[in-house]
Amino acid sequence: MTPNPSRGLAAALACLGLGLGPLPVMAQETKATATPPATVQVDKGSALYGRPEGGGAAKLAPVAGPPIATAAAKLPVAQLKVPDGFRIEVYASGIANARSMTQAPDGTVFVGTRTVGKVYAVLPQAGADGTHEVRTIATGLHRPNGVAFHDGALYVAELSKIWRYDDILTHLDGGEKPRLVYDDLPKDEAHGWKFIAIGPDDKLYVPVGAPGNIQLPPDTHAQIRRMDLDGKNAEVIARGVRNSVGFDWNPKTKQLWFTDNGRDWVSEDIPNDELNVVTDPGKQHFGYPFCHQGTFTDPEYGWGHSCSEFTAPAALLGPHTASLGMRFYTGTQFPADYRDQIFIARHGSWNRTAKLGGDVVLARTGPDGKIAATEPFVTGFLQDNKYVGRPVDVLVARDGSLLVSDDYNGAIYRVSYAR
Amino acid sequence: MRGSRKAFRALPGLAAACLAGAALAAPAADDPVPGRLAACVGCHGAGTSTTEGVPSLGAQPADYVVTQLFQFREKQREAAPMNDIAAGFSDDDLRAYADAIATLPPPARSGAAPDDALKDRAQAIIGKHQCTSCHGADLAGHDAIPRIRAQREEYLAKALTAYRSNARPGYDPAMNEVAQDLKDDEIRDLAAYIARL
Repeated sequence: MTPNPSRGLAAALACLGLGLGPLPVMAQETKATATPPATVQVDKGSALYGRPEGGGAAKLAPVAGPPIATAAAKLPVAQLKVPDGFRIEVYASGIANARSMTQAPDGTVFVGTRTVGKVYAVLPQAGADGTHEVRTIATGLHRPNGVAFHDGALYVAELSKIWRYDDILTHLDGGEKPRLVYDDLPKDEAHGWKFIAIGPDDKLYVPVGAPGNIQLPPDTHAQIRRMDLDGKNAEVIARGVRNSVGFDWNPKTKQLWFTDNGRDWVSEDIPNDELNVVTDPGKQHFGYPFCHQGTFTDPEYGWGHSCSEFTAPAALLGPHTASLGMRFYTGTQFPADYRDQIFIARHGSWNRTAKLGGDVVLARTGPDGKIAATEPFVTGFLQDNKYVGRPVDVLVARDGSLLVSDDYNGAIYRVSYAR
Repeated sequence: MRGSRKAFRALPGLAAACLAGAALAAPAADDPVPGRLAACVGCHGAGTSTTEGVPSLGAQPADYVVTQLFQFREKQREAAPMNDIAAGFSDDDLRAYADAIATLPPPARSGAAPDDALKDRAQAIIGKHQCTSCHGADLAGHDAIPRIRAQREEYLAKALTAYRSNARPGYDPAMNEVAQDLKDDEIRDLAAYIARL
């Protein structure tokens, strides 16, 4: 690990107290709630370590979206709320398990999936009802969650293989065979599905999640790598990353920002998911499994460590909220004060009694470039502690509107601003 | 529930048809059971399977059945003859079959009640691996989490082994994660105990 005392605790403390609603979890609460469950008798190195036994944790099961998309007429769009001046509508439906998105210059949106093995293309021309035709361009892939369009090609990340579909826009019939780009990846199912993107440095960025909830990960895991577009010269640019399923580059600084999902089963209220910044590629450690949320040493792995050894998060995103896709707003359609701010899709908690997340939030940066506040942007996916939809990724469309994917309903919504 | 179970048992011919790999038989018009179930119960039984290697489906949560029929159709999960049977299913078919299967009565346990030694070993494993966290305190499942209590013993063992090796990728990979650390004797004890609940 790489100590990083210069950023340290002060930055983390500055983050606490910011955020929305029930989000801020004060450091002083940590000790009282951080006791590991006494009944757990699982080896420390086990992928199972940290899961409490029975009791209140019962029925806190993962909520994988169904493999069948919700019919367009039954989508919960009427329940979704956006700020005054904005509107939200259905952009496309029938996209079972719609996850990560990327857009080609002609407006075609490509969509990956986690559970149904498919990659879709959503065509740019709107039909009479304002929605867009969907084509399935690949099937039978293994958790093809990650998609990235670059120079006419579509990069698709399966669990352990990354493919490139050349000239994809002329092969939307699915007939073209992809070329293998990179497969030096572990095959763990846990946190094995990937978000990918290509940076302003024309390199491909690929996360490798921790192979379980909480453990000392092998050197090959809990990191973000980058590599040339042909898969060569891979290097680790961030360590101590438990499971990032969304990242983007600050359009001004060109620095990589990423979300990271915090560990489970310590407490209902800690740790928070994190929003992080890579300021020194290859030299930063973001804490996992030693320190969570910049302030909380792990009940087991934190002994002998201080959170000041690790890079603190730029913002806290709520406990168990499953903060996934994030993008800087680079369009001009929204009011000027949205420019260069960060939209973050929070898929929503599963192992928390009162569910949290299930929304799109806006993280606003202050004059110093740090996150000054986090506020709701799209809400309503969570109704009476049940999900009517679950946002996965956000994408700034070419016209400046914001697209939001929903893997529970298999749909994409479009948020636009009416001036 | 008990009454409908008797009705299922009055369909012995379907089992023969299933074993021969024949096409699905049409139910009698006055069959009280949803017609589309007739073909399923031929192999799977009317809630309780009596065929080795073929799971009991009684009271299986519909959302879980949808995911498995989907995986069969898409060949994400390979298990003859289900891949061929599901190949032509529409999305509406997946849901309709799943809803019908969920109405079958829960399976009856096979064999005698577990002895104390097995019970102690299995409950320790269940506690260690947190089975009840998702499957429920009685292991009866809910939503997209399957009912496993009173499932056939050899089927449970096969499922856990295949999750461990990733030969069977779960619809959600949760079971692949959990099964990584299971030892062979733990799988044996879990299967023997859960089948006898």
